[in-house]
Amino acid sequence: MTDPENLESIQQVPFVDYLVLGEHPYLCANECNQCKARFFDRRNACASCFSDEFTKVRIVTTGEVTSFTIVEMGPVPYVSAIVDCEGTPVRCTLIGVDPTPEEVQLGMKVELATYPMGVDSEGTEAIAFGFTPSKK
Amino acid sequence: MGSEDVWIIGSNMTKFGKHPEKDVVDLASEASVSALRDADMTMSDVGVLGVGNLMNAGAGIGQQLQKQIGQTGIPVFNVSNACATGATALRVAIMAVKAGETDVGMAVGVEKLAGAGLLGQRGPKPKSETWEPSGRFGAIGSTEGRIGTNIMPGVFAQVGMEYGHKYGGASFELFAKISEKNHAHSTLNPLAAYQKRFTLDEIMNDVMIAYPNTRPMCSGNCDGAAAMIVVNDSKLQSLPVSVRKRAVKISASVLTSDPWVEGCQVLPDVNTLTRNAATQAYEQAGIGPEDLDLVELHDCFATAELVHYDNLMLCEQGGAVDFFKSGAPWRDGAKPVNVSGGLQSKGHPIAATGIANIHEIVVHLRGEAGDRQIEGAKVGLAHVIGLGSACGIHILEKAA
Ligand SMILES: [Zn+2]
Repeated sequence: MTDPENLESIQQVPFVDYLVLGEHPYLCANECNQCKARFFDRRNACASCFSDEFTKVRIVTTGEVTSFTIVEMGPVPYVSAIVDCEGTPVRCTLIGVDPTPEEVQLGMKVELATYPMGVDSEGTEAIAFGFTPSKK
Repeated sequence: MGSEDVWIIGSNMTKFGKHPEKDVVDLASEASVSALRDADMTMSDVGVLGVGNLMNAGAGIGQQLQKQIGQTGIPVFNVSNACATGATALRVAIMAVKAGETDVGMAVGVEKLAGAGLLGQRGPKPKSETWEPSGRFGAIGSTEGRIGTNIMPGVFAQVGMEYGHKYGGASFELFAKISEKNHAHSTLNPLAAYQKRFTLDEIMNDVMIAYPNTRPMCSGNCDGAAAMIVVNDSKLQSLPVSVRKRAVKISASVLTSDPWVEGCQVLPDVNTLTRNAATQAYEQAGIGPEDLDLVELHDCFATAELVHYDNLMLCEQGGAVDFFKSGAPWRDGAKPVNVSGGLQSKGHPIAATGIANIHEIVVHLRGEAGDRQIEGAKVGLAHVIGLGSACGIHILEKAA
């Protein structure tokens, strides 16, 4: 949120702190300086090599669906997917696609997309992300 | 190893299902007293008590149980380890006996879940006036549905689909057929919560929970308890022949957690810790998967059963689909899996599950499984996994 790219859109807040907003939004991971393991959440130390030094890295915004499920327990079905973004697996909801096994396929190419999810009492707009089928 | 073998001499599980008239301690008492009777022992013989319960993890169910069946002052270990809670309680009793702290240990797993809804389902967070980032992701709301899913049916659906992506052949129909097998098996198990046989069409056309898992492909929440009495070699030798001849040897007892692998932060890796546990267990027991006469594995969802054929090395790596298609895991196949009906029909009272699956192996090795007896069963393996993650594997052998 302190990203300089974001100063102009001060009225927006990302749904999670690893979503970096701006003209070209992207996901950002904490990469272990020693073993290069990547984590989206705050970590006290690296689960892989125990080092405690991390650097923020930008995750590629395109990837391939390596697993998915269509959750139909709530009022609106949605697609949960694991997307391999050039070696970094990302968990997301697929958007812009019908939540049916006919429309969602293992191996399909997808790309990061953002959307507004509402405004709070101070007028700040929250922006969430999903992945959507890639436009060829 | 040098230390003595440990034996199961008493084993019991309650019927799984709805027990509205019994509380958690009633169920635990029923299984415990029956296991003691099975071992021809009383609480005065028991030197350590391991008790697993997840839903009341802070309530000291072990001590509450003692107040109903015997307060003898022995150490009680109340444990909670997700779906591996029961196996963990047993592991504690086995470790105490192996360590020489006592000759006799008791383990109990108990849960009341009927009507609890699907596991891992959480309601929406109350909406605040302004967006407030919280937690380790700095999220301003519930991530459920917004960033994929964390609910169990969805997570395990993805576990199965991931296997399908990697090796191919894992269709909705294939997963449904795994469920068809377990429900067919359950018709022979009077202790199962559900004993209804389903056709493949019925399974595939039932309510979809999280594709490709429909309702009958998910384990059922229910009530139940299971308990076990374990002893060391020297104690066993001092017991009557009627007890000795029904004793079952614990050839391996292993508990693992999930080591870090790439991607485990976005989809729990239920594979590596199971494979690690299986490797350790086969080594401890000095036997291989080819020696197993039956397997009870953690089919919390039909999609999970597929990957564990591979993780437990019942097939070649990547060969789980072919293994299933060969008919091997049916009760009349080469490697019967979940002849109890599995969690999908037997039910899944979480903390009881990890002892109940071992109980199933025990009754077959004793030749006391009635209509569902696997003839001549000498060696069996029981597996549980709890997300988080914890994996318990026990290999049992019939007394020579
Ligand atoms: Zn590291």
